[in-house]
Amino acid sequence: MIMDYEEGDKVKVEKSGVEYEGIVMPSTTGHIIIKMVSGYNAGIEPEGATVTVVQKKSDMETSAKKSVKAEVKPKKGLPKVSILSTGGTIASKIDYRTGAVTSQFSADDILQAIPELTEIANFSGKAIYNILSENMKADYWQELSRAVVEEIKNGADGIIIAHGTDTMMYSTAALSFMIDTPVPIVFVGSQRSADRPSSDNAMNAICAAKVAVSEIAEVTVVMHSESSDDKCSIHRATKVRKMHTSRRDAFRSINSEPIGYVDYSTGEITTGLSFIKRNERELTLMDSIEPKCALVKFTPGSSPDILGYFIDAGYKGIVIEGTGLGHVSTDWIPQIERATEQKIPVIITSQCLNGRICDRVYDTGRDILKAGAIEGEDMLPEVALVKMMWTLGQIQDYDDAVDILKQDIRCEINERSLE
Amino acid sequence: MSDKFDYRELGLKCGLEIHQQLDSKCKLFCNCPTQIRNIEESNHEFFRYLRPTASEMGETDRAALEQSKLKRKYIYKAYDTTCLVENDDEPPTEVNKEALEIALSITKLLNMVPVDQVHMMRKIVVDGSNTSGFQRTAFLAKDGYLDTSVGPVGVGVLCLEEEACQKIEDQGDSIIYSLDRLGIPLVEIGTDPDIISPQHAKETAQQIGMLLRSTGKVKRGLGTIRQDVNISIAKGARVELKGVQALDMIETIVEREVERQVNLLAIRDELLERNASVCDTIFDVTDIFKETQSKVIKKTSKKGKVYAVLLRGFDGYVGREVQPGRRLGTEFSDRAKTSGVGGIFHTDELPAYGVSEEEVQAMRTELGAEENDAVVMVADREVRARGAMESVIIRAKEALEGIPEETRRSLPDGNNSYLRPLPGAARMYPETDVPQVNISKEYFESIEMPELLTERAKRFESEFGLHKELAGKIAYSTYLPLFEEIMEILGDNENVNATLVVRTLTGTLPELKRDGVEIDNLEDKHFIDVCNLIAEGGAAKEAIDALLRALANEPQLCAKDAAEKLGLGSIDLSDVESMVEAVIKERQDFVKEKGMAAVGPLMGVVMAEVRGKVDGKTISEILKQKINKYLNI
Repeated sequence: MIMDYEEGDKVKVEKSGVEYEGIVMPSTTGHIIIKMVSGYNAGIEPEGATVTVVQKKSDMETSAKKSVKAEVKPKKGLPKVSILSTGGTIASKIDYRTGAVTSQFSADDILQAIPELTEIANFSGKAIYNILSENMKADYWQELSRAVVEEIKNGADGIIIAHGTDTMMYSTAALSFMIDTPVPIVFVGSQRSADRPSSDNAMNAICAAKVAVSEIAEVTVVMHSESSDDKCSIHRATKVRKMHTSRRDAFRSINSEPIGYVDYSTGEITTGLSFIKRNERELTLMDSIEPKCALVKFTPGSSPDILGYFIDAGYKGIVIEGTGLGHVSTDWIPQIERATEQKIPVIITSQCLNGRICDRVYDTGRDILKAGAIEGEDMLPEVALVKMMWTLGQIQDYDDAVDILKQDIRCEINERSLE
Repeated sequence: MSDKFDYRELGLKCGLEIHQQLDSKCKLFCNCPTQIRNIEESNHEFFRYLRPTASEMGETDRAALEQSKLKRKYIYKAYDTTCLVENDDEPPTEVNKEALEIALSITKLLNMVPVDQVHMMRKIVVDGSNTSGFQRTAFLAKDGYLDTSVGPVGVGVLCLEEEACQKIEDQGDSIIYSLDRLGIPLVEIGTDPDIISPQHAKETAQQIGMLLRSTGKVKRGLGTIRQDVNISIAKGARVELKGVQALDMIETIVEREVERQVNLLAIRDELLERNASVCDTIFDVTDIFKETQSKVIKKTSKKGKVYAVLLRGFDGYVGREVQPGRRLGTEFSDRAKTSGVGGIFHTDELPAYGVSEEEVQAMRTELGAEENDAVVMVADREVRARGAMESVIIRAKEALEGIPEETRRSLPDGNNSYLRPLPGAARMYPETDVPQVNISKEYFESIEMPELLTERAKRFESEFGLHKELAGKIAYSTYLPLFEEIMEILGDNENVNATLVVRTLTGTLPELKRDGVEIDNLEDKHFIDVCNLIAEGGAAKEAIDALLRALANEPQLCAKDAAEKLGLGSIDLSDVESMVEAVIKERQDFVKEKGMAAVGPLMGVVMAEVRGKVDGKTISEILKQKINKYLNI
């Protein structure tokens, strides 16, 4: 017999002579899940079980102490930093309903979990949206860039953006193109959820705060350099890529060194590359964007119809991730030509990620150039896509757009290959 | 020894918690082998910090909080047998099915009822022993029992969990851990508090050990099984004693904890009679020790502070023994050390350690201490010293109430010291990276119930004609699987029987070890090889000792090569025959005189020449035949 009970009630479950007592937890499988006094959860198949409510949830004093929001008093002389939360692991905790890690934290919660931050700056927090980064869209970049500009206008000396790591590199590239910034804009995330004592969120956030109050007035990503809690790398927005599914040091600068490093134990920043300094540039927002652009990966034997689809579907720009120095099979070339004839810019990038495109070495390459494709130089394919979206949002004229696409705007193209 | 107390009258409640590593091929949450390595073999290291987090109920565990008072660096040694899962750089796999099934077979042996759905939990542990900051653990079964000589003992809990890292070195500010052990599957078996005496505790532990080994799937050897003991007496409190390694110590350990609780209760009663109390103020007495001769204080107070607290009415009690060699002051000191200080001083032991009478008096005056009062002091960096004094105040107040509920560490001499507060339910939250596992009735029924070692010993007696003592010896030995393998390979062999194999494994081997032979070099294949050689007549059973010595020295050899190297290589029977003929010829007169009775004495002569190469029985037969032949001429 099953008495009426609901999640949170204290119940006694009896089945084949064995008794469980505890709080009813959310279940997704139809089992009765009991949290026992020991803290362990156990699942009981309801068939043949007798459930007796010992105490209704409503009659129990919630033992969970509502976290007391300690009023953080601003400290004199500290810079002002805005934390904008977009979701992701760094701002996540377990959803005990579904059992999955979801983003439920607000920016304020980050401050509370990492009190060391309050020694570095006076923070204000704002949740822009709360999504996992795989659900990110181009128009969210616009919303985010406007929020950042708003914060800078209101006097923020630095911006920290808490972001999911999966698509962080797209967002960083987007903000990098959209904003001329006089202050640091730092993206930070975490690879291990914030609810575990080993989470990388605290160290990443503290290092990000250090960069947010530094002289580095660029869009950067600050994340673990190594698996150890030793230092964080300061990656340039247009040269960074997530290169591992789970490691703390998943983020790597490609075709470039990081701008510098933050030592976690001392908080010291060391830089190796030159960077744009605080207040060197005037705040400008260029947030128009053309979302209808595609990144297409060429694979051996894949049909040129794939490219044809995007042309016919009205796409405004196409980035191809080709092989090696920047190749596609010969039968793709007529489709490239068709695209450029229809004033759809085509950029060639490489699946190698490391190294520079050079379509002048082999015949196929030369034919690709003849068909009107743009060599993506040492740009990352994803950055080339974002740059295409932004450029086509800014400029209508095909030739002018192609000019911009070939130029280095935000250090996304290095003139010289150093590694 | 155990008659010191009337345990029944004291209301002793004692339960055991047994942690046993399982011998599965892979770890519980990754595909790494469950292999223990040498620290020198580590090929990589990294370090981390940990911070406590709140549970799903929004609480932070008190044990976790206390551990995190020290911001320590944890250094981890990795191997080519560990992966990103141990590094906490990759999510865990699903629960290892093999380990789950071993655990389920143990629940059957313990007459337990499994849950219908297993939920993996995260138990927060921020001492660095788990890279994640938590131990993965699941409640598997409950409500079992096992029979003992004084009645059944309930087995309330069986959990399947992952083993923690091995601590290699504690450097104070940092701790070095080895990752090889992390993730080895472990069952935790908790008995109900049905144990009524120290002897009963030992018997219960032995019985559980036997059941576990009956599965043939548990790890053996030092550190693969650990016993915790939960003890309370009627007026005392529940104390969890961790890390009891030797079964033989359990009786002493139980007795000493009872002694501690009895003494602490007596101290409480006397303190209350004296109207003792604890002052909350922490006094800064650094100035008093400016010119001190005490090296310890001088060294630490230069960069730090000397703090003191006043315990009204405690004079004489801080130095009172609670266990042989451990005082109430030691309990204060244990707590103080959780803040990172080396130790504390108290007035029951001062002046001493270079602290002068004048300094003690000055301190007493400063604090306003009267004759009956005690003062406890510490010298260290400011934050540590303050933390230490706060801990002492808390512990001293507890002394007025009775016995604090604690997790304590079992010490080699049977005493115990403070480890951390008893962890509460707040340290547990669901491990969402690992899906639940359903244990259907059919699945549980399909799990095979292993044959008990007690039953197996009986079977060996009848099946192999082993003596009762030898049958028991091999059944409980780590060589049990090897014995069974050899018997299966050899079958019925006239040269090698079960008694010879058991004597070799349980008798010859320990003797060789005593002689300093590196028997760790001997693997299963060596024993099988030697037995095969003898079974085939390639060497005599008398040669086992010499062969094993040779193989231990040169493990790369096979038994046959070793025999040859020792000159034990098989000898042609015709050679033996001619040798026997020569011996008879040399001793013609003797043979003529004694007739067939010459066989005995001549055996010695021939054996000396061919020892180990030919079985004694064969030589005796050849001798008989040849003497017969010679006499008939």
